[in-house]
Amino acid sequence: MTTINTNQFRPGVKIIVEGDPCNIIENEFVKPGKGQAFNRVKYRNLLTGRVNEKNIRSGDTFEAADVVDTDMQYLYKDASGWHFMDPASYEQYMVSEAGMGDAQKWLKEEDVCSVTLYNGQPISVTPPNFVNLKVADTDPGLRGDTSSGGSKAATMETGAVVRVPLFINVGETLKVDTRTGEYVSRAKE
Amino acid sequence: MSGGERRGKRYSAPSHDAGDWRPTAPLESLKRRAELVDRLRRFFAERGVLEVETPVLGAAAATDLHLASFSTTLSTAPPRTLWLQTSPELHMKRLLAAGSGPIWQLCKAFRDGEAGRRHNPEFTMLEWYRPGWDHHQLMDEVEALLRATLPQLAGAPAAEKLAYREAFLRHAGIDPFVDDGATLCWRAAELGTVGSPDWPREEWLHLLLARVVEPKLGRGHVTFLHDFPAAEAALARLRDDDPPVAERFEAFVEGVELANGYHELADPHEQERRFAADLAARHERGLPEVPADERLLAALTHGFPDCAGVALGFDRLVMLALGAASIDEVIAFPIDRA
Repeated sequence: MTTINTNQFRPGVKIIVEGDPCNIIENEFVKPGKGQAFNRVKYRNLLTGRVNEKNIRSGDTFEAADVVDTDMQYLYKDASGWHFMDPASYEQYMVSEAGMGDAQKWLKEEDVCSVTLYNGQPISVTPPNFVNLKVADTDPGLRGDTSSGGSKAATMETGAVVRVPLFINVGETLKVDTRTGEYVSRAKE
Repeated sequence: MSGGERRGKRYSAPSHDAGDWRPTAPLESLKRRAELVDRLRRFFAERGVLEVETPVLGAAAATDLHLASFSTTLSTAPPRTLWLQTSPELHMKRLLAAGSGPIWQLCKAFRDGEAGRRHNPEFTMLEWYRPGWDHHQLMDEVEALLRATLPQLAGAPAAEKLAYREAFLRHAGIDPFVDDGATLCWRAAELGTVGSPDWPREEWLHLLLARVVEPKLGRGHVTFLHDFPAAEAALARLRDDDPPVAERFEAFVEGVELANGYHELADPHEQERRFAADLAARHERGLPEVPADERLLAALTHGFPDCAGVALGFDRLVMLALGAASIDEVIAFPIDRA
């Protein structure tokens, strides 16, 4: 059994809380001037999708959740869920809406992403840190305005809405950081 | 598997290595920080307080249960373990015992495991001592220093002095000297603060202080929390009230704990008892054993002036002066980039 100390808590670290695998979303260290330090931890139960918050004594240990991240190719979506394939084994996995979470707004068919397996069952999906997506809809671009600081909303081909510079037009491919949801640059391809 | 490996076409190194050589604090903030250091030097020079430097590495460590010291090895034969200070208190008190008079210093202090929005394991501490003063006189000087450095205190009313018990009664509806652990646990849950019911009473008080009481202090003025329970005395004198209280204070601005001060314990026998109690409690909890400061005991035995002292988190002072939300905005290289 691997144990995880509160010092190792980071967003994305997976621990067992009350028997269920949980993903740490936020971890805030608080300490009164003198005395016991605490970590206020916000975590998502990976089975139920529910978010909880609790205070944990700093230095306490937790059992690491036995979860495995595997690179898989996103195949298609149908009424039953989102389908992925492990390119190494050709094995296919189905992920529920709850398991997809935010990932659904970043993925195009054939994209490779990280699927989290808990006891062999897919429970969550992490998109690549950066994705290239086409702009499906945005206000018309301002010609010549390539440097000023303004921004506008753009809807990407996957449905994600991203703040982009004013000079971006419909049909352009953009590089987006999925961790922050922020525009990075125009994609080169 | 890291993001870098997954998209090897774009990256040759894991993403946490890429681009993070830069300081996290804007250079403008580092200039403002340097100006605040200048202001501190003038403040203490005008008041005739001597600036001193003491070692960061010492043969002894803080015995406080809630402080974790870093250690390193001096390559002598046999090798010696030296401890990085968690505050300059031990050495500065030896200067006071030697007759230094009022002293201050701005130095690095180190506390393992303390990292967060207001904590970095290596941080900068402002500490000063006033022989012949009690903690109330020192609170007044802390307020003067905060007024000299924090623009938001311009025109603020005089500081509020709030006893620990009164603060809990007023801001958490709890009597910290009377209510039992189960009551504290229940009241905390009612206030939206969830912990574990099996925690001892004193840990509930620590949690309620940090999460419920502290955020309400220092709003529109400086708040001094004082007269702590005897169990929270650390290195402060006890006063024989009923129940007895520690002559200790903490200073708050905008819910941020900035400083911790004492009417300093001068009795070597009481100091020795507290060291022994700390070491026994460390042993019981399986915490690392650390050497208590024998030289401090010798200095107190030699004779220690009646005196008040305070430690102030300089990084937090800069945060407040600049309106920064995180300590990373006021230090060049926090621990993850060090």
